[in-house]
Amino acid sequence: MLYGRLVLARVRSQLQYRLSFALDTVAMFLVSFLDFLAVLLIFHATPRLGAFSVEEVAFLYATSGLSFAIAELVVGHLDGFPQLIRDGSFDVLLVRPRGTLFQVVSIDFQLRRLGLAVQAFVVLGWAISRLDIPWDAGRVAALPLMVACGAAIFCGVWVLTISVVFWAVEGREAANAFTYGGRQLTQYPIDVYGRWLRRLLAYVIPMAFVSYFPALYVLDKPDPLGLPHWLRYAAPVAAVGICVASALMWRFAVRHYRSAGG
Amino acid sequence: MRLDWEIAKRGYRRYAAYPAATWAGVFTNVVFGFLRGYVLLAVFDHRDVVGGYDAADTITYVWLGQGLIATVYIWGWFDFALRIRTGDVATDLVRPVHPVRYGLAFDLGRALYHAVFRGIPPFLLGALVYDLTYPAELWRWLAFVVSVALAVAVSFGFRFLYNAAAFWTVDYRGPAMIAMIVANLLSGFIVPLAFFPDWLKAIANATPFPSMVQTPIDVFVGQADATALLVQLFWCVVLLAACRAVFAAGARKVVVQGG
Repeated sequence: MLYGRLVLARVRSQLQYRLSFALDTVAMFLVSFLDFLAVLLIFHATPRLGAFSVEEVAFLYATSGLSFAIAELVVGHLDGFPQLIRDGSFDVLLVRPRGTLFQVVSIDFQLRRLGLAVQAFVVLGWAISRLDIPWDAGRVAALPLMVACGAAIFCGVWVLTISVVFWAVEGREAANAFTYGGRQLTQYPIDVYGRWLRRLLAYVIPMAFVSYFPALYVLDKPDPLGLPHWLRYAAPVAAVGICVASALMWRFAVRHYRSAGG
Repeated sequence: MRLDWEIAKRGYRRYAAYPAATWAGVFTNVVFGFLRGYVLLAVFDHRDVVGGYDAADTITYVWLGQGLIATVYIWGWFDFALRIRTGDVATDLVRPVHPVRYGLAFDLGRALYHAVFRGIPPFLLGALVYDLTYPAELWRWLAFVVSVALAVAVSFGFRFLYNAAAFWTVDYRGPAMIAMIVANLLSGFIVPLAFFPDWLKAIANATPFPSMVQTPIDVFVGQADATALLVQLFWCVVLLAACRAVFAAGARKVVVQGG
């Protein structure tokens, strides 16, 4: 598959500077624990956040972190996409015999970002070892599935919101509110947020399906918000929905694209 | 002084040229303000005061912090690293103005633009939605403004240093990313220093990072007095001196191809 070959080529080129790569990855892994330390600091001041304990929030933090790390690895470089519009190099992609989204996504693959995934994995291990999860076949299967669905949701949101730059090339930073904002939102239980913010970012932009609803299922926890029970199984539907929406949005945006260059 | 002023004006104009980028940034800072605010406020369901901060101080901290993001510009500044990478630094070497002086003046001009157009709007919105803590005395407002200016200078010194890593490494983004994660936590940007246990607070206070975010906010909400500005001034001098030393070391090492 072409994507696999392109990714391997990027990875090989990054491994050319082996020492620099190793130092970066290890340092990133260590330093990223400072990010989790922020969560612990909040629990230093309070025993519970909403209806959640520190282990439960760590579970949310870790699953959302894994999803986000995967999404960032695959599409994170879309943040640099406005440059392709600005300098006109996007036009080159239009004449090539492959989809534009495919070409833009396969431009880069920063293996170094795996450092963040490993950190999330360690936090997940810590959370699971301290939580009393009623493991059964469904829950064992749900864990990888929720991470995959979460990654798909983040990817979809990334593509959807970055499409804004086809109309307003300087508007890229607004996408951060949904991508990095989504990461921020999903590492805490959504019952702490105000109702309007929850509606916008958790249900319309389906961030609540990244960690909150699936985690309620895995942790076998009643929903403090009292929402319908079936929502905790709905993450795959949300993931497919947002990915279809983002693909349509991208097509629509590209069709309306007018090159700035001549 | 006249020269610095002219350079600062250019820094201001460069960022003023992209109003759409400014509004997109304000939008993002506001969304994050709500996200961060709700989480920190949830702490006060269980208690009234954390390390001297009550709920109003904390929400003030959040919205001031959101306004300081662009003003102090801790993240995503690679201007100098890119100059090293492309070889443009060679022209910096022949200029009659030292790059640290030029960069600082330019950055203070930039910061003024960002303070007005990206600092004040999110804070005003926060002030409309929440009951915030305001300085009781006039001198505190003035001290806050001076403290923000010092925070920008300290932050510039810090950014210049991690950018200068490009003199020695192929990939300047790795060191920059690490520097930013450390700064995020120790500056008190993610969680206020008031929430830290004493040992971590001591570590943070031994670094220049709180001078970039926490100090101006503490001055504003009345948790720090004017002597805090002296600490900022100290770090400002130390970091800018370090910048000059590192630049001198890097300039001896740099080899620019082509001519």
